[in-house]
Formats: sequence, structure tokens, C-alpha cells
Amino acid sequence: MSAHAGGYSADPRIRGVEWLPWILAIAAFFLLPEYLSLGARILIYILYALSLDLIVGYAGIITLGHSAYFGLGAYVAGILAAKAGITDPILQLLASAAAGGLLGIVTGAIILRTRALTLLMLTLAITSVLLEIANKATALTGGADGLSGVVIAPVLGLFRFDIFGRTAYLYCLVVLFIGWWLVRRMIYSPFGTSLTGVRENSLRMHAIGAPVYWRLVLVYTLSATIAGVAGGLLTQTNQFVGLNVLSFESAGELLVMLILGGVGRIYGAFVGPVVYLIAQDFLAKQFPEYWYFGIGTMLVLVVMFARGGILGIIDSTLAKLWRKA
Amino acid sequence: MNVALETRGLCKSFGALTVADRINFRLEPGARHALIGPNGAGKTTFVNMLTGVLAPTSGRIVLAGEDITHLGQATRVKRGLGRTFQINALFRRLSVLDNVALAVAERLGVARRMQRAASAHVEVRSESMELLETLGLADDATQRILDLPYGKQRLVEIAIALGLKPRVLLLDEPAAGVPSLESHRILEVLDRLPREIAILIIEHDMDLVFRFAQRITVLVQGEVLVEGAPDEIGADKRVHQVYLGEQRHG
Repeated sequence: MSAHAGGYSADPRIRGVEWLPWILAIAAFFLLPEYLSLGARILIYILYALSLDLIVGYAGIITLGHSAYFGLGAYVAGILAAKAGITDPILQLLASAAAGGLLGIVTGAIILRTRALTLLMLTLAITSVLLEIANKATALTGGADGLSGVVIAPVLGLFRFDIFGRTAYLYCLVVLFIGWWLVRRMIYSPFGTSLTGVRENSLRMHAIGAPVYWRLVLVYTLSATIAGVAGGLLTQTNQFVGLNVLSFESAGELLVMLILGGVGRIYGAFVGPVVYLIAQDFLAKQFPEYWYFGIGTMLVLVVMFARGGILGIIDSTLAKLWRKA
Repeated sequence: MNVALETRGLCKSFGALTVADRINFRLEPGARHALIGPNGAGKTTFVNMLTGVLAPTSGRIVLAGEDITHLGQATRVKRGLGRTFQINALFRRLSVLDNVALAVAERLGVARRMQRAASAHVEVRSESMELLETLGLADDATQRILDLPYGKQRLVEIAIALGLKPRVLLLDEPAAGVPSLESHRILEVLDRLPREIAILIIEHDMDLVFRFAQRITVLVQGEVLVEGAPDEIGADKRVHQVYLGEQRHG
């Protein structure tokens, strides 16, 4: 599970251990039927974190506003379902993807001319503006009350969203699988390698004739598209959209999940949301008043002792065992 | 044949401070030309203007007959202008092979592709490996730059620039920071560079300059003091005063 860096000498074939998350996800479906709604939520956040890893971990773009694209995707699916009578889930997801991508290319083209703190501030500004629009446009979004009355037709006309969350779980799993496959392929491609080049030394990328700005706009757009899909999935599984999908806290929480799992290694985006959301679920039940304390402690420990996140710890432990053997 | 690279009346000032003052400079095709001068003479500013990092205040830059004064960095690279950096500007956590392959991929136009894996682009891999072999770096191909001795890092620096197949190559202190025992290794590599590349070298190591260059331009306070063959420069009193004298004592 070591860092997935791509590159011109990397073997792009899927390794055995990379099937592990999928095996676990399918096992969870059969073994933990009462946790499927939490499971679907985790799968959605994995897709969302994967989109963030693409720009933070691989291209080196720091952002606190990724919720803009996630939230827009969520609202587009919700508004289509509740106000426009478009209930087909695949159609809704395509619309969420298009909306996320469109906002990604427009905002990316503006903010990616800047860097570092300016860029960070601009990402924050974008999601704040969207939050305020959603808050005020009550006729469309329901404002602070949230958007209810979201109706979702059966997937492909066959699979109804059941109250046990079985359809939702498998549906999210399939969408995540497609997203993972695309992201992984991109990371191993020449384009992905050039992104790591930009992250490592953008000055040098300019000097070898790379159109750095356009590469960044492209990856930002792709990432926003995936985040839009993740937002659409959240609406479909919850059948409700709240303002919190657009909040800065939600973007920050996502970044925490990614750092927890490990940045720039694809599977950090898998481990982070699993640990974070399960810990949140557990701590919120056990210590309803103090659960953020537990999350905070966990993050402090990871940042202090394991810069590579949980996967980083696993990597270095395996490396030690390997040397001893 | 055209002049490989030429500047006409190139000026750069930051407010009242003039760091380049009407520089007229010609680099002939296949030249081995050195640019020397004391610290703060404006050598790096000059290179930065040539490559498009800095915009000149006035004057023109002409590459193989084409005015490139207002072109961006990336476009100049595409037209055949390559450079190395004074301070290592490598992709530190990537392998030696990937460092070179990134440049080769940009030149071949495959760097933006997403369909196939990078390693499936055999043309990029094999060209990069060939380049590493000619520089004696083939055994280090899979090493990360971080784990490489400094002298070899300087060679990777040159390898990246060569991956762009430049017609004009600007070498900004290729031996900077390399112990003098190892700098002969750099010189060997420089000596073997293809003759069709016009090379402008900026260097403090006078041994290297006088062994490598066939022509030398001396820059002082943003102005060209004198230009000539190495023996002329070595015999020039003014040059001794402002530059070589200082060096010999120091």
C-alpha cells in the first residue's frame, strides 16, 4: 500500500492488496447489514476525499473550499429531484458532475493564477459565497430549513432505494469504484506524473516548457467534477440537502480525513474517512458532548507522530519488519 | 546561418537600480561562450530575461532570427531555448529517470495524455535512459534525487535540459557547489555535448571557463565590459582589475 506515485517506471497494474478495500466493502455489506447507511456515507466521503487527494496530494493545490463543488453537486441533484421532477438517479448524478465541473473550471481559471495563502483565501471565499446564495435562495434550496421532498426513482428503473440502505450502499460502491478506477488511471498517466512535477517544483516545470496553469485548471476541474458526483450521491442517499454541505467546516473536516489517512497515496482517501466517520459515530454515541475531543486528539497524534497519516505508519512498520526478516 | 541567440540594447531596471544596461550580445551557432563577471554583475538577471522569467525594461531578444522578447517561458522552451539552474531545481522526491522523462515527455507532447500509463510510453522511457547513459547516470535511474550525491544532482540538472533537445542551452553555474575534484566530471560531460547546440555558460570556476569556452563576455554592473577569446580576456587589464584580480587573491 505504499505511496502511489505513478511515474515513467511505475508498474500500473493493480496489485493484489489494492483489491482489499473492495473485498472489505462487500464483506461489510453482508456482515453488517444494520450499518449500511453509515457505510454509504463512508463510501461517499471516500469519493469526496479521493477528489481532494487528486489536487492536494498530487498537484499540491491547498484548498479549504472543496465543499463548494460537493455542495453544488448535492443541491443540483436535490433541486432536480424536488423541484424539476427529474428523479432518475443517473441523470441527477450526471447533472451534479456537470455542475461541479463547470464551477470547477470557472473558479479554477480565476484562483489558480494565485498561490499559497491567497489561493487558500480564495477557495474559502468561493464556498462562503455559495453558502450565502443557498441560504438566501429559499425558493430553490429551502434555505436554512434544508431541501426536503427529494424523490429518487429506482436505479436503472430496477433497484429501488430501500429503507435498509442496501441499494444506496451498493449504488455508492459502484460509483466509487468507477471514480477510483479513473483517478488511479490518471495518476499513473503522463498527465499524473506531470502533476507531481508541478507539486515538486513548479518553477522547473515552467522551465521545461510545461503549461503549468492549464494543467492545474484541468486537474482542478476533474477534481471538482468528482466532488460534484459525491455531493449528488449524498443527496440521493439522504433524500435531503442541508446547508452544511457547503460549509467551510465540511471542507475542513474533509481535509482532516485525508491527512488522517495519508495524503498523495490514493488509499489515504479510503482509510481516512473510514476511521474518522466510524470514530465519530462511536464517540458521538458514547460521549455525545465530548466527541470532538476524541477526533481532535487523534488528529494531533497523527500530525505529531505520523506525518504520512495512518498509511504512513503502516508503511514504515512494514518496512521495519521487512528489514528484520 | 542565423545567429543562434542575440540581444539588442537589453535593459532592466528595478526603480532607480539598473541591473542590465544596453546589453548587446551574440551567440553564434554551435558556440561555446562564457559569461563571467563579479557577484551582482547581473548575470542571473540576464539569463532570467533570456528565458522569460523577467521581462526586460527595453530592448529585444532574438532566437534564431525570431523576436522572442514577448513570448512566455514555455513557448521559448518549445522554440529551442533550454536552461539549467544555478541552485538545484530538481524534482527532489522523484526518481532520476522521472526527472528526465518529465522533460522528454513535454518535448514529445505526451505529457498531457491520460489514457495510457506513463510507463507504457516506451519512447519517453528509452530516450530518457539513453540520455542518462551518455551522462553516466544509468545506474542511478531509479534513485530519488534526495538520495543522490550533489555532484550527480548537477548532472541530472544538465540531463533535464538536454531532454528538451535545445538549440541554445544556457548553463547557469553548472559546477556551483561541486568540490573541485569532481568538477572535472562536469567538464567532461560539457565537452561531450552535441556540437550543434550553442552553449552559453555562466560560471565562477575560472578553470572551467577557460578550458571550456572559446569566447568570453565580461559583464560588470549590468554592462558588457569586454568580449573576446579566452587569451584576450586573460590578458585584459580591466578584467584583471574588476574580476580576475579579486578572484586570484580570494
